Amino acid sequence: MGNNTFQEEVFSKGFNMALWRKMLKYAKPYKNKLIVLSLFMAMLAGFDAVIPLMQRYAIDNFIVMGSTTGTTIFFIGYAVIIVIQTLIIKAMISYAGHVETGICYDIREDGFNHLQELSFSYYDTTPVGWMMSRLTSDIWRLGSTLAWGLVDFAWGICMMLVTSVVMLVLDWKLALLTFTVIPLLFVISIFFQKRILFNHRDIRKTNSLITAAFNEGIQGVKTTKTLVREEGSLDDFKKITGEMKRKSISAATFAAIYMPIVILLGSIGAGIVLWRGGTNLMVGTLSYGTLAAFITYALQFFYPIRDMARIFTDLQSAQASAERIMSLLETEPDILDNTEVLKENGFNDEENWPEIKGNVVFEDVTFAYKTGEKVLEHFNLSVKAGENIALVGDTGSGKSTIVNIACRFYEPTGGKILIDEHDYTQMPMQWLYSNLGYVLQSPHLFSGTIKENILYGKLDASDDEILRASKLVNLHDIVMKMEKGYDTKVGEGGSLLSTGEKQLVSFARAIVSDPAIFVLDEATSSVDTETEFLIQDAISNILENRTSFVIAHRLSTIRSSDRILVIREGKIVEQGTHQQLLENKGHYAKLYTNQYSMQLD
Amino acid sequence: MRKLKILRQFMKGNLIKYFFAILFSGVAVIFSIISPMVISFTIDSVVGTEPMNLPTWISNYVVKIGGRDALRENIWIVGLVFVLLTALTGIFQYIKNRWFAVTTEKSTKNIRDTLYDSLQHMEYYEHVKSQTGDLTQRSTADVETMRKFMANQVTQVGEILFTVVFTLIVMINLNVKLTLYSLCVIPFIFIASIIFFTKVKKVFHEVEQADSELHTTLQESLTGVRVVKAFARQTYEMDRFKEKNGNLKKEVRKLNELMAWYWSMSDLLCMTQAMIVLFISVSWAATGQITLGTLILFVAYIRNLIWPIRQLGRVISDMGQAFVAFDRIIEILEKPLEPKDIQGLTPEIKGNIVFENVSFHYPDGTCPLKDISFEVKQGQTVGVLGPTGCGKTSLMHLLVRLFDFQKGSIKMDGYEINEIDKKWLRSNVGIVLQEPFLFSKSVVDNIKMSNPEASINEIEKATKIAAIHDSILSFEKGYDTLVGERGVTLSGGQVQRVAIARTVLNNHPVLIFDDSLSAVDMETDIMIRQALSERSKGVTTFIISHRINTLAQSDFIIVIDKGTIVQKGTHEELVLEDGLYSRIWNIQSSVEEQEGVNT
Repeated sequence: MGNNTFQEEVFSKGFNMALWRKMLKYAKPYKNKLIVLSLFMAMLAGFDAVIPLMQRYAIDNFIVMGSTTGTTIFFIGYAVIIVIQTLIIKAMISYAGHVETGICYDIREDGFNHLQELSFSYYDTTPVGWMMSRLTSDIWRLGSTLAWGLVDFAWGICMMLVTSVVMLVLDWKLALLTFTVIPLLFVISIFFQKRILFNHRDIRKTNSLITAAFNEGIQGVKTTKTLVREEGSLDDFKKITGEMKRKSISAATFAAIYMPIVILLGSIGAGIVLWRGGTNLMVGTLSYGTLAAFITYALQFFYPIRDMARIFTDLQSAQASAERIMSLLETEPDILDNTEVLKENGFNDEENWPEIKGNVVFEDVTFAYKTGEKVLEHFNLSVKAGENIALVGDTGSGKSTIVNIACRFYEPTGGKILIDEHDYTQMPMQWLYSNLGYVLQSPHLFSGTIKENILYGKLDASDDEILRASKLVNLHDIVMKMEKGYDTKVGEGGSLLSTGEKQLVSFARAIVSDPAIFVLDEATSSVDTETEFLIQDAISNILENRTSFVIAHRLSTIRSSDRILVIREGKIVEQGTHQQLLENKGHYAKLYTNQYSMQLD
Repeated sequence: MRKLKILRQFMKGNLIKYFFAILFSGVAVIFSIISPMVISFTIDSVVGTEPMNLPTWISNYVVKIGGRDALRENIWIVGLVFVLLTALTGIFQYIKNRWFAVTTEKSTKNIRDTLYDSLQHMEYYEHVKSQTGDLTQRSTADVETMRKFMANQVTQVGEILFTVVFTLIVMINLNVKLTLYSLCVIPFIFIASIIFFTKVKKVFHEVEQADSELHTTLQESLTGVRVVKAFARQTYEMDRFKEKNGNLKKEVRKLNELMAWYWSMSDLLCMTQAMIVLFISVSWAATGQITLGTLILFVAYIRNLIWPIRQLGRVISDMGQAFVAFDRIIEILEKPLEPKDIQGLTPEIKGNIVFENVSFHYPDGTCPLKDISFEVKQGQTVGVLGPTGCGKTSLMHLLVRLFDFQKGSIKMDGYEINEIDKKWLRSNVGIVLQEPFLFSKSVVDNIKMSNPEASINEIEKATKIAAIHDSILSFEKGYDTLVGERGVTLSGGQVQRVAIARTVLNNHPVLIFDDSLSAVDMETDIMIRQALSERSKGVTTFIISHRINTLAQSDFIIVIDKGTIVQKGTHEELVLEDGLYSRIWNIQSSVEEQEGVNT
């Protein structure tokens, strides 16, 4: 079964020429280095093939003749070859490494920059882990195959060519006889290398299951203990390790067959040489030196073949990597600046950007996902500058989509959004983004200090501005209680701060640039009441005099909003102030009094 | 010595086979040393005219088939012998590799299983102290290092030693002086490789460092993409990434450059050694001091020596890592464990609980509780309120003996809790944790964890109580929906409710909700509590919450601040009392108060 999935993954496509042509772009800056590298490898292979010839010369001219005249010159020549070989090896490793790291660097940078341009719709459907492995392991595999694969390939081809030519020239009959094992050597090598690569992958997959199981076992240990599931978990775990054991043993067994077989085939070649060559030598048609050289060649021949077979399989997995990388690089961003229109209106220059007051108008907006699922249809909404809007509704009602469209994280598929009378698709993206304050339900901080995180909202904010923002959101007093104040490290993802602290930092970050439009996905996370009070207070400070969209969970936020929108299936079913809606006795009133009466219960 | 004992424990049942594998690698080496002799014999004594210098039993055999002349006429025989010897080498190599794989994989499985078991049974505080990443690292990367030690390094060192020793014996027998010449550069190769591979570790470490920095930046930037976009910080992120990317390139190139020097220079040393042997033996063979066959043997044997010795430095420096890894694994195994088998009382538990002057703190002195005393009767509901901190949760942890208290007494139905068996206690006291953990298996398997034999009917009853049944059915795969690692595909509220279902699947006489309704909205919160109180008549229940509304119906409420009980009473009593409870009540009910005026 596993075999089938592997074939699907790698072998079904064959060699993808178009793909490699595209990847060639990344090899281009290193063209000269790559050419020199191939030449080096050809030379190296030439020397490697020449060494047995040197030995042949020594045997036939010194030993068989019984003379030592000329040995000094001979060995000086030999020493020169060794030194040249050393220099080539040094240069080859340096060059190949340089090309490999260079290609990896270039692709990784392109990939990352491209990811930064991609829209939310991409991130919503693509797991971060997938993107991570494209930019790390896939790129390494591709880079190293391109650089070292070429090295091995050039060497292998030249080595085989030179060796064959030399053997044919020395004694073509004996050479052809020796070559009889080569086709078999090829077939077996390719068969084994493929299987070995496949087993390797299979084991890596199982190994990652073990890592995940350990991880879960450790992270969930409290749960396991309280459920008294230690034995059951161990049984589950043993199943995975058992599978790992079985797969590893069979893979190792398989690999253990390969080397003996190829060496045996090599020895059959040598055996043939001993037999036919020995006979020829006795009748005088072959010299001692040639016999020795032939034996060496026969025993060595499997090296280049093994390398070629390995490159062949490496290339297949590198191609899979290249395909995945390309699919990332070729994804078109949904939202792009319309540079022509921008130029026409003079908005390509930041100095001409109009100031945003905060009027937001949805004009007949329709939005559908790429899958065709319609979320909004002919949606109209007009928000005046400074108005606080609360959105209430079930999960999936479309309230998040409305907010995402207002922020231009998604663009409407029909109709338009006007920000202060400007259709935002005709404006630069940064125009809106740089005037946006945005706080998520689960705040995301970057590792670094509290100050650095606040600065993220406005890179050139002065200490004074930071202080003001921090005080506005009730963060300042909390920070001052910390030993290092604003230089306190927040840890990876903010893990060193409590949930409430993280939230306040993200408020400060959002407010430091004094944005005209504020978006808040209110959290219902577990913080104690007094912290919650601080957060509430911070929110009301932030929302003052700013256009805001709040996906509301807390009663107090809802109550104090200028306008509450009750959203159902992408439509506004009710809107008005808290008071008006209660008097309406519609959905909202029911929802609210329900909660309220139960609370008093 | 202790280490050896532990290692032997892991390799139990596989040791003999393992030693045989080592032995067989020696046998394979012997055959591989013999096979070039066939070539030299052929050249010297079959096609050449040197006397046959063979062990008696072989020369007897050769004489039997007709001596040199017969061999000359049927020279295919020597070719066949050469092939057969290679085949024998191959067979022993195969057996050796297979046996090494079998024994080390079995032993590795033992190590993994033992580690996992230890981690599960480790005292809970050890987990609190340790970092998940570190424990995982030890259980995976360090185990892998150990595996490589058993599977590769021991093999390689063994094989290299066999090769060196056997080859030297043969070489000395052939020609002592030539052997000495063959050894003149080899020590330098060995020393150079040891020095290099020890030194290069530092550079390796720097590369790893740069790689992990790049990883972190990438991860943060991608998971925080909403923040990056909303603050229009793409360029900033690109610059940051570019720096890390460039740094990684620089470090890898540095390492590569070192490698380039090492491999080329060690190649030079190796080739020089080979050349010296060739030079001397050519001169001697030309003057008749050695035969041509001996020359061919020496040229072949010198290769046997130089290339493995160049690898030896690497193997030896890697072995150092294996010892460190083994130490780190042993450290886990030596942490204090909870007993696996029932040890202690297993009384019937009804749910009468008495706390008497209980004092507790973590071994490092944090999270203190002082003089906690209160009494709960079977079937009562106790509300627990207090500011963020560890007091409330540690109190609950004491009830399931994740920790043991230092002073005072907790009695469960008259039995001292510390004398009740831990597993028995935990199967009777159900707790829904503050941050519940779902495992990456299906929803139904997660729920069944508390009772693998539960019927579908029972499971649905539990999920209905937890108000999660309908949500589960709305998933595409219903109860078979796979939960991602740490339950990422479910919302926080859904995770909590699945965890509640998992716990209430069993009819525990005591139930604890450790702030486990925090991510659930008010309405559902009420539904769950109503369903529970209907089903769980007679069950002693603890509810920790920040919401007064969640606590208000409890039989009594205790308020914990800074490790002591500062208030105790019913909702009605506490509201009127001046203190933390009424203060929080006032903040939370301000909404309702105002509402009251309006309607």
